Amino acid sequence: MKQEYTITIYTENQVGLLARIAMIFTRRKINIESMNSSPSEVEDIFRFTIVVHETEELLRKLVRQIEKQVEVLKAYFNTNDEIVWQELALYKVPTDIIAEKVVVERLLRTYGARAVLIRNDYTVFEVSGHREETDKLLEVLEPFGLIEFVRSARVAIIKGSHDFHERLREFEAAEPGESVSTNAFLDQQEAVFSM
Amino acid sequence: MQNKSPQPARDVSQIVDNSAHPSPATPDIQQLTGAEIIMKCLIAEGVKTIFGYPGGAIMPIYDHLYDYQDQLQHILVRHEQGATHAAQGFARASGQVGVVFATSGPGATNLVTGLADAMIDSTPMVCITGQVFAHLLGTDAFQEIDVMNITTPVTKWNCQVTDARELQAAMAKAFYIARTGRPGPVLIDVTKNAQLQLTDFTPYEPCRRLRSYRPKPIVRPEFIEQAAELINAAERPFIIWGQGVLLGRAESEFKDFVEKSGIPAAWTILGVSALPTDHPQNVGMLGMHGNYGPNVLTNQCDVLIAIGMRFDDRVTGRLDKYAKQAKIVHLDIDPSEIDKNVKATVGVWGDCKETLPLLTQMIEKRDHSAWIERFHDCMQEEIATVIQPELHPEGPVLSMGEVIRNLNELTQGEAIIVTDVGQHQMVAIRYAQFNQPNSNITSGGLGTMGFALPAAIGAKYGAPDRTVVAVIGDGGFQMTIQELAVIMQEKVNVKILILNNNYLGMVRQWQELFHERRYSFVDMQNPDFVAIAKGYSIEGQTITERQDLKPALDAMLKHNGAYLLNIMVGKENNVFPMVPQGCGVAEIRLK
Ligand SMILES: Cc1ncc(C[n+]2csc(CCOP(=O)(O)OP(=O)(O)O)c2C)c(N)n1
Repeated sequence: MKQEYTITIYTENQVGLLARIAMIFTRRKINIESMNSSPSEVEDIFRFTIVVHETEELLRKLVRQIEKQVEVLKAYFNTNDEIVWQELALYKVPTDIIAEKVVVERLLRTYGARAVLIRNDYTVFEVSGHREETDKLLEVLEPFGLIEFVRSARVAIIKGSHDFHERLREFEAAEPGESVSTNAFLDQQEAVFSM
Repeated sequence: MQNKSPQPARDVSQIVDNSAHPSPATPDIQQLTGAEIIMKCLIAEGVKTIFGYPGGAIMPIYDHLYDYQDQLQHILVRHEQGATHAAQGFARASGQVGVVFATSGPGATNLVTGLADAMIDSTPMVCITGQVFAHLLGTDAFQEIDVMNITTPVTKWNCQVTDARELQAAMAKAFYIARTGRPGPVLIDVTKNAQLQLTDFTPYEPCRRLRSYRPKPIVRPEFIEQAAELINAAERPFIIWGQGVLLGRAESEFKDFVEKSGIPAAWTILGVSALPTDHPQNVGMLGMHGNYGPNVLTNQCDVLIAIGMRFDDRVTGRLDKYAKQAKIVHLDIDPSEIDKNVKATVGVWGDCKETLPLLTQMIEKRDHSAWIERFHDCMQEEIATVIQPELHPEGPVLSMGEVIRNLNELTQGEAIIVTDVGQHQMVAIRYAQFNQPNSNITSGGLGTMGFALPAAIGAKYGAPDRTVVAVIGDGGFQMTIQELAVIMQEKVNVKILILNNNYLGMVRQWQELFHERRYSFVDMQNPDFVAIAKGYSIEGQTITERQDLKPALDAMLKHNGAYLLNIMVGKENNVFPMVPQGCGVAEIRLK
């Protein structure tokens, strides 16, 4: 049965790894619903969070293909009840409408929206929550002249991931990752004669 | 290029000279250019042979290579694809990592086919490509392409080095990754500035570990136990093995397992030479053009023991009709292979060099001769309908099978047979005799026409004391024919056997069987191959008559140096048996 799964991947901080991971999905024509990459709690170790709608059997295979990549430390897949997750959405709304229409103000309140920027012409609100919540607010704001909307990828925490956190710290303590050195020559454009 | 102040070329090294790093006093730290560091790393890794082709972006490396010729032998191929296949042939014959040099842009794109071939057939290879100066990356500079993204799907690992200080670690990592675990191709793209840059070279430290990379999964005893239980309880167990046995150098462990268990064993085309062809428990070849018994009885065994093989669709046919009755034991070093195509009852993760002895210890010594007899019965049927007419044809037309039979009689199974792709490949592998491991070199997973000639050249470098025979179709030969020049220039003693049917035979066979004989663009007007060989100073002859076959093969083998033998075979002969595409293995056709 297909359902939503969240894949969590811990990796080395390596250029090109994003492409390598993305290819595992695109090659099999699997649609990535959302993808987020960020540093993890451990220095030099990165974390990808990927959401797909697929079967468990496929997920098992995918995760093994991901773990097979040389610079992947570990990959997990979880159903929604095994994780806590959030997405962040930003809504740009004309300020006068909010001022004039009480219903809009009430809507924003109900959905727990927080103003992050207030200008004379427009105001930007932020809501974090599950897809249905941010979608719903989008839907109800639409008739009131919503100017712009954007939503982030999912970030998720695995409820039972305590052990791996320990292991990661041990990894990093035992063998710190190589810090990526910046390249002096990239800045010497004019000085270098090229063939 | 636009330069605000154009400078003469000789200034380059000064500009990129990392003068911030003064020469240290320590005697074992030297200041070397990135290019020279590559030489030092290669030598430290035990590399002696490189297959390559120069160009602008890799010139600093070639400039240093000039000074290292006494330690690093460079073979100038005639096309970079040839370099990759030669490196593959070298690796497969010797068990060592094959090394390739190529320049940026078109040099690098020409590597892609060989990388893909090495990736799918798990061949250890390190390719070093030159790249434009780091500051030109992403500017569409001359011969700049995105090598990293182009090669990502066809490499086990790749990395771009823009700073010479990272080179040593990258090289050590490259060899370690290519060679360990399930081997594969690795590419290092080195920008020209990094090749020219001076930096410290400390004594070479090979890479022994990477925290994110587990070459071999840990062997779990409980799965060995479960596997042994299944095997001990089995009445009609069947072993199928693949290249993993050879890659793991576990031929003797495998033989012990086979012999103690008493179980019949069949091979994939990449696994073939791990057990001698004439071993009494070797029951033949699996898959589309494999033997009758191994295919049919796959669907009658009760326990199927797969070792170092990956259930490729050419082996399994239709998956929903594949060994459904059997419990499956699958031994593999790559966890992602277990349950990928065929669900394992017991998956035994690990290097078979480690897992096989553990398993052998736990199984009971058995005799399955009654069950093996069933394979022999099938073989009798196959001999009568397919093998006899193929090996001893009645009409005047030469068959591919009889060529291989005669070759066997002369080489006694001691030669390395390198095959290209097509009918001749299937016939050669079906009928060739192999006494020793690493004797069959072919493009299995990718089926790359043009593989054989350069791979045979590489194989000769990898195993200089062995006879190397390349068996090639008239189509595939013309895909990498330019490598004859390497044979000429380097005097490489390879024997080239062209099985010439004037057709793209395998495609023609499919058109005959499945497309109502509509021969759409498969007939070829071929050049005079012997005259072409002569042009490259390679001796050769064409034969068409049976009486000339054996003497000609003998002359080819005895000839002191390379030789091309062009044998005209039946134009419309077919390879049988055959599991038609989309059918189950039990639906194998004998004609
Ligand atoms: C590079 C490449 N292109 C196309 C094919 C498809 N193909 C598979 S077998 C074959 C015919 C090979 O003909 P030939 O080399 O004459 O060998 P034969 O089958 O006649 O022995 C073709 C075209 C391939 N495997 N590789």
